[in-house]
Formats: sequence, C-alpha cells, structure tokens
Amino acid sequence: MSMLQNSPASISEAISTAVDTCDPFVSSGETSLLLRDLLAGSLLGGRSDELSGSSVLIATTDQLIAAAALIELDGVARRMVLCPPDSLEEYLPSIVESAEVDAIVSDRIINHPGTARVSSFIHCDGKIVPKGYGSPGRYETEWVLLTSGTTGVPKLVVHTLASLAGAISCEPSNGRVIWSTFYDIRRYGGLQILLRALLTGSSLLFSNAQESTAGFLARVGAHGVTHISGTPSHWRRVLMSSSARLISPEYIRLSGEIADQGILNHLAQVYPQARIAHAFATTEAGVAFDVNDGMTGFPCSVLERTPGVEMKVENDSLRIRSPRTASRYLNELHGPLKNADGFVDTTDILDLRNERYYFVGRRDGVINVGGMKVHPEEVEEVINRHPKVRMSLVRTKKSSIIGSLVVADVVLRSAPGPEGDGDRQILQDILLLCREELPSHKVPSTINFVSKLPVADSGKLMRPRHA
Amino acid sequence: MNVRNEIVTQVKQVAQEQKKRLPPLTDGLELLNSGLDSLCFAILVSRLEDSFGLDPFAASEDAPFPVTFGDFVNLYEHVAK
Repeated sequence: MSMLQNSPASISEAISTAVDTCDPFVSSGETSLLLRDLLAGSLLGGRSDELSGSSVLIATTDQLIAAAALIELDGVARRMVLCPPDSLEEYLPSIVESAEVDAIVSDRIINHPGTARVSSFIHCDGKIVPKGYGSPGRYETEWVLLTSGTTGVPKLVVHTLASLAGAISCEPSNGRVIWSTFYDIRRYGGLQILLRALLTGSSLLFSNAQESTAGFLARVGAHGVTHISGTPSHWRRVLMSSSARLISPEYIRLSGEIADQGILNHLAQVYPQARIAHAFATTEAGVAFDVNDGMTGFPCSVLERTPGVEMKVENDSLRIRSPRTASRYLNELHGPLKNADGFVDTTDILDLRNERYYFVGRRDGVINVGGMKVHPEEVEEVINRHPKVRMSLVRTKKSSIIGSLVVADVVLRSAPGPEGDGDRQILQDILLLCREELPSHKVPSTINFVSKLPVADSGKLMRPRHA
Repeated sequence: MNVRNEIVTQVKQVAQEQKKRLPPLTDGLELLNSGLDSLCFAILVSRLEDSFGLDPFAASEDAPFPVTFGDFVNLYEHVAK
C-alpha cells in the first residue's frame, strides 16, 4: 500500500492507524514520548485550533518538538514552514514575507523586527497538555522546506504530505523496526526518515547536534535501532569512531552525497549483517531511486524501470518527473522549479560507463560539502568584496572524507608577486572576510592566486562542469 | 620529509585556522576526541595530499578507517613507503 494510492487526510490520521498495532515512541535522548500520547494531547499548549488555516513557521531548537508540531498541525494549518535550526535570524524577515507567515511555533523566544506581520507566537516547552475543544477546519497543508539558494536567501520548496510520502511503503512494521538518522528532520533527508517511521508505526531516535558521535552511537545501540540513515560523510565519521561497533543495524541507507565504492565496501565489512542502500533524492525532485547492489553509481536500467518516477538524461544532466517532486518555490526570485514539461532538472551530470551511470558533478557548479550545498556565487560575492580582488572563481575539490571541499581561484587587481608577504596578507584578509561572513563549510579550504580566469564571450565566468 | 612531523604540523595548523582546541597528539588519542570535525579532517587530508602527493583514503577502497592518531600516522607512513 502506498501513500499515493491510499492517501490519508493528515499525518495524525495515518499514525492513528499505525499505532493501533504497536506502541511506537520518538526520542531525542533527554525526552521520549509515545506516539499515542502525542496524538491524544497537545504539545502546542492546546492551541492548535487557533492556527486553523494559518501559515505557521515551525522554528524550534528541539527536533522532537518540531516533529510533534508537524503531527499536530498537518491538516489544520494551511501551510507549515520547517525551519532548520541554523541561520534563521538573518533570513527570518524574508521567510516570513515569502511564506506569508501568521504564526510562529518555537521552544525559544523569537523577538525579531522582521516578524511584525506575525499575529501568534506559540511557545512549546515539550509538555503534553489536553487538546483544545475547537474543531479546526481541514486543509491539505503545504509542507515548506528550506534549501540553499544562489544568493544565500533560502529557497522555500513546497511539498504536500502526498509528495513527501510518495516513496514510502506504508506496510506497518508491527513494532519491529526502530529508525534513526544522522540528519536533522527539518532537512529533506531527515524528514523522509521521520515520515518513514511515523507512517509505518515505527519508533524513531533523533540525532542531537550537541551530542558526540560516540554518544549518539551509544544511544542508537542501546535502543536496538534496526534502520539508520545518513550521508556518506556521516558514515565515514562513524567508521573513525571506536564506538562504531556499538550499533548493529539491519538496514543502512546513504543519501545526500555520492556514495563512493570505498564507503560502501567499508560499511559492508563492518556491518556484514546489514542491507546497504544508497538513494538519490533532492528537496525539489523528491526521492527518485534506491541502489541496492552495493556498487557506486547506478545501473542505466534504473532510468526506465523505476515505477512512478520518470527520468531522462538531457544535456548530460538527470531530469526527474514524478508525483514526489515539489510543486513550486514560494519565493519567486528563484524562478520555476520545473521545466515546462514538468521535469525537474537536478543539474547533476551523469557519465555513462559500461551500462552504469556515475555522478560526476553539477552543471551549475554547486559544491556538495558533506551533504550541504554551497553555491559558488555566494562565496565569490564575499571574496570579491575585498578591494584588492578583481575577480574570483569558486570551484569544487574532491575530498575522500567529506565529498567535496571549496576552493577559490582569485585574480588580484595588481599582479601577484612571487609569494610575497603582501600576497600572504591579502590571502589572510580574504579568509578572515569569508570566516566572518560565511558558515565554515562555505569558507574556501584553499585560495590560489591566478593571473586570469576563463571568461566566455558573454562575459560570464566559465565554470568547470565536472567535480 | 618526516611523515609524523608533517602530520603534526598540519593538524596544528588546521586546528588553529578552524579555532579548535587540540589535546596532546598521543598515538592513543581517538581522532573523534581530537576536537577536529569532519571538515577539519577533510582539509587536513587535502593538505597532506599536497605535502606527500597521495591520499591514502582515496587510494584504497578497503583499508580500514583510522580510529586513533597513531592509526592515522601509520596509514600515511605505510603508503608513503
């Protein structure tokens, strides 16, 4: 049975069916809650009926509270905007404006001048109270996810429960499956795991940004987690931990980055009992396919033989059309999410070798640092602010640890000296500027001074197509 | 070039740039207790590739991941031979 054939009106309705057969829980370490208690009460102070038909920003620190708000508000709110914990302050006014936010749900105080249009603030402290007695209307709630945009302003990507759950088989797990994920559930990869757990009546352990890898693995092991997902970079960190063998999953899922042969082999050696899959999904295109043969890349037959997902390679990049794709961006500046024919261009470039496709980079030069996207333009804009810089090109450098690193080639206004002290000072100044303005994964790991950069006849920088 | 000395120099350099506090770099120190995150390790491995002309993590799809600082040094000493 899949969501698409038999779509429940809301996530809470779907969970009510699933919890009948077992008693799943969600846990963030400090707090564990039974789903049936969550369904019976309210984590929003019994005020969810006030939010009927509203556009609600869910901006909590705690993932468990965010999950509870999603469960309580799906079908009640007109729109839910899921805010990841980082970089909220800077873009809050833009998000509130674009998503026409009327209410904010949070576990912290949000007092920002950019929230003037917001009429309701609901503070959640993680306590379950009796539900309100209002009868909220029924909405097909929009689920809005944030993903990084070229200029730094996040793109607001609109999904529905049906599009998000399109790849999930809703067979009940009968309490046998316990999920966990290294992802934050406010990101597409993490939200997939939350929905997988909720819709199949499985329990879920949340990760915690403050927790060490060893601490998380100990918790995962102690709860007997059977299914766990993360990026290849997350898994490399696990394999560098003396606690790697505290867990013994049946199923390991990798996504968010290219899974190379090395990480697939290592996981198979350390967890011989586990089925290991790597999945291709993007926030915009949705889940496209899983690869289960233990090899990097994917067989070319996947393009024709994935039920419900149409895929094609045009101008070397993968394009996807399916009921799992998002419908649109809420902020118009990012242009259309789909082409006129309904396909999402992932801009991921594929190379076909011996009947198998391999991901080799992005046409738009986007750099994937451990599953986090970096748009080169955003970094170049910061570097180019330095008065001694004429122009710069930010590109990817392959990393065996974290997928890719950010590298910058910089042309100075005056020709670089032979490694003189002046140039070294400029390099330090540029790095300092980047560290002040950008999160650490966007700061170039290397800056090269070059005499010129490739510029097309149009005057635009020519970006290297491949990683 | 002395492999260990170069690794120690680069670890200290990366830690300083990324504002991480390093404990003493003993052979028994677990890498994940060194205060360096995945980004730091990625930068370190990239710099060491510039120093030694090789990346042991990319060179083998089957060699086990190092867990301690001693394992990390051994990995480079082994492939640098």
